[in-house]
Amino acid sequence: MMNGEELKAKLKKIGPCIYELPKEGPMKVPARFILSEKLLEQIEPNCLQQAKNVTTLPGIQKWGITCPDAHEGYGFPIGGVAAMDAETGCISPGGIGYDINCGVRILSTSLTKEQALEKISEIVDAMFKHVPCGLGSKSSIRLTPDQLKEVLETGAQWAVKNNYGNEDDLEHCESNGCLPGADESAVSAKAKERGKSQLNTLGAGNHFLEVQYVDKIFDAKTAKAFGIEKEGQVTMMIHCGSRGLGHQVCSDFIREMEQTHPELLKQLPDRQLIFAKLNTPLADRYFKAMSAAANFAWCNRHMIAHHVRVAFKEIFGDVALKTIYDVAHNIAKFEEHNIDGKMKKVMMHRKGATRAFPPGHPEIPKAHREVGQPVLIPGTMGTCSYLLVGTEKGMELTFGSTAHGAGRAMSRHAALKQYRGEAVKKTLATQGIVVKSASWKGIAEEAPGAYKDVDEVVKTSHDSGIATLVVRLRPLGVIKG
Amino acid sequence: MYKFIEHTADLKFQASGATLEEAFAEAARAMYSFITDIKKVKPVIEKKFSVESENNEALLFDFLSEFLVMIDTKGFLLNDVTSIKIQRTDKGFKLDTTIVGDSMDSNKYSTGGDIKAITYNDMFIKQEGTQWIVQVLCDI
Repeated sequence: MMNGEELKAKLKKIGPCIYELPKEGPMKVPARFILSEKLLEQIEPNCLQQAKNVTTLPGIQKWGITCPDAHEGYGFPIGGVAAMDAETGCISPGGIGYDINCGVRILSTSLTKEQALEKISEIVDAMFKHVPCGLGSKSSIRLTPDQLKEVLETGAQWAVKNNYGNEDDLEHCESNGCLPGADESAVSAKAKERGKSQLNTLGAGNHFLEVQYVDKIFDAKTAKAFGIEKEGQVTMMIHCGSRGLGHQVCSDFIREMEQTHPELLKQLPDRQLIFAKLNTPLADRYFKAMSAAANFAWCNRHMIAHHVRVAFKEIFGDVALKTIYDVAHNIAKFEEHNIDGKMKKVMMHRKGATRAFPPGHPEIPKAHREVGQPVLIPGTMGTCSYLLVGTEKGMELTFGSTAHGAGRAMSRHAALKQYRGEAVKKTLATQGIVVKSASWKGIAEEAPGAYKDVDEVVKTSHDSGIATLVVRLRPLGVIKG
Repeated sequence: MYKFIEHTADLKFQASGATLEEAFAEAARAMYSFITDIKKVKPVIEKKFSVESENNEALLFDFLSEFLVMIDTKGFLLNDVTSIKIQRTDKGFKLDTTIVGDSMDSNKYSTGGDIKAITYNDMFIKQEGTQWIVQVLCDI
């Protein structure tokens, strides 16, 4: 196996912020990387190797894509995007990740930065009370087996039916918060057991709730269409996924796929890339289970948003929180893309990559269709987050995909050696950012210095044209899981 | 003995022991040491479980995954693996173990971080001299 340093030397610059690893050996298509020079310097050799490995999978079309925030993962790199032919291709659980439909929801509020600042500690405490977070946190909502089945098959729609949130939230959610292909019977009893008391829980790691304000508007027309009226307006961001239920679905199917196809294990460059050929009963069942886990995640973010509204009402009285958008960044979906001049149905894999569809695309909510899909790229708890918009160029270059965050630069282990949670909290407080977490360790691991420069990541997305800048958001109060 | 290996985003470790069983037990301790100080966890609950898998790597994957299920469903924190036995079977390998620990309680134990899943990425199980060494990457 060639080492990553040699791969780096083989990269060819073919456009602004676009590098290509030409097809060689077992690669079925070239690998493409959307990177600035600075981000290219930071990329780990192993990330390049993982991107190369993805291009050897059956039915991969056009290019294997790696987004600007890419870093080393397992199987696929984080930031990996791959389109597999819907007839002859495959679906790989490792190309979606364990946290199925990990994603981001953003809500606009009618509050100003000054109003929020006045009570920032109170609102952070109230949200901490209403949304359980941290390892092993349990929800006050215990689903009966029948309720859980309904959540798995109808996603956030279950919540609206039960008077949490409203229809407008669903309208502003990717796939309206429900993948119709879900089948709860494809989800194991073990996965259901893990998930049944985890609805409305944040989890730990990099998941967060964040009160932010609009720091800069780059594109006023698009911002207005998204519901962002002026600088200083307060927004609310939620980042989490399908919790233990999704993790178990991924583990279950990786095990079943390798047991069904032991012959593949010898051929694969990484055992974590195990797949099932599309249009086989196993691939169909995985897709149904993955869709059910995705629905659980949409319902989870929706329930969290409901409880965030409860917290806002307690502290600020009647204030409107309106969903701008909710987008998945770990998911596989059937989509149609232009492959060599023809529209073709593919199984799109996005692992740590955000969908970014252009103006006019039928899958964008009506309210935004004219301007394009809102793209949510969160930063760290000490740096900005961004709202971007999808473009036609993104459809051509990256199958309508871009980055999903700042991307880690430092291991958690190294971060724990370098930072102390108490000190990070104090430093952020001097910058006017209130942080609360279930653990000090969580704060240290997620220290802003452990991440790449999110400004550089979104600039690379903008400069390459795959998704362009609309609004910059700055944190005021953060809850870390 | 166990040690953590640098990885940008996830948790990678190597665990070793004089036998395959001891290396597996050490892997469980390594994993739990990421989320809590296992020496402080009181051994008040005893659990026994078995896993059966087609090969050693799958057995390690299934063994460690079982703990993640126990964290989510029972809030189980490990103090120690008190017995572990691996046997060959018709299907591959069977592992029987007894573990001790306690339930999560924020007044008693400080916990942090989360382990989402066990992966096969860069997993190995090998014998070097008198030692068995296993390497695991967990998604966190």
